Amino acid sequence: MNNTYKGLMEVKINTKYHGEKEIEEKEVITFVKPIPGFPDEEKFIVLPLDEEGSFFALQSIQNEQLAFVISNPFLFFPDYDFNLEENAVEQLELASEKDVLVFAILTIQEPFDKTTANLQAPIIINQKKNLAKQVILNQTGYITKHLLFPNKKSVVKG
Amino acid sequence: MLVLTRKNGEVIKIGEDIEITVIASKGDQVKIGISAPKDIEIFRKEVYDQITQENRTASADISTFLNLFKKK
Repeated sequence: MNNTYKGLMEVKINTKYHGEKEIEEKEVITFVKPIPGFPDEEKFIVLPLDEEGSFFALQSIQNEQLAFVISNPFLFFPDYDFNLEENAVEQLELASEKDVLVFAILTIQEPFDKTTANLQAPIIINQKKNLAKQVILNQTGYITKHLLFPNKKSVVKG
Repeated sequence: MLVLTRKNGEVIKIGEDIEITVIASKGDQVKIGISAPKDIEIFRKEVYDQITQENRTASADISTFLNLFKKK
């Protein structure tokens, strides 16, 4: 369950979907506030899940069993748009918009067409400082379950 | 739980840094003003609980879908 640090620079961790993985300290992202529901996890890494780079695992380095599937929300929701509150900007020590990386947590469903993205609580990363926060947006109209493929409707026969 | 009765405009102080003001009340609705240090996170509880719930659901194992990702 628990991963041990073997050195300062390179660490070997067990992951949920990527087996044993050697990671570098500079890849580690620290959450400045706990992810709601997971108060004990603060260090994560982002690992690719597909070859195209559309889907990633947000893997806890403290708990190998904890990994979220995340994606660039703008790939699926080109009009996705929100203001980052001053609070979050300060907590993430953001100095420039260029340092911002946005991910949405996906809830994978069976069948995959029913998969949803949480656009109400995006993961914001300061990629320069490797700081992150799941930000909860208020009064934006975004919810926790947006269909990833809203136009793909199952054909009902009969 | 501590229960206090306050009138419109009256304030509750929590510790040194947090103040809660009853701004207005009408029927079953109360408008509240909160002033707190920037580091204190303030949420509507039902929204926070919903995000928590969604995060827990989202963290479920998706091993069976991994082939799907790799095939693409």
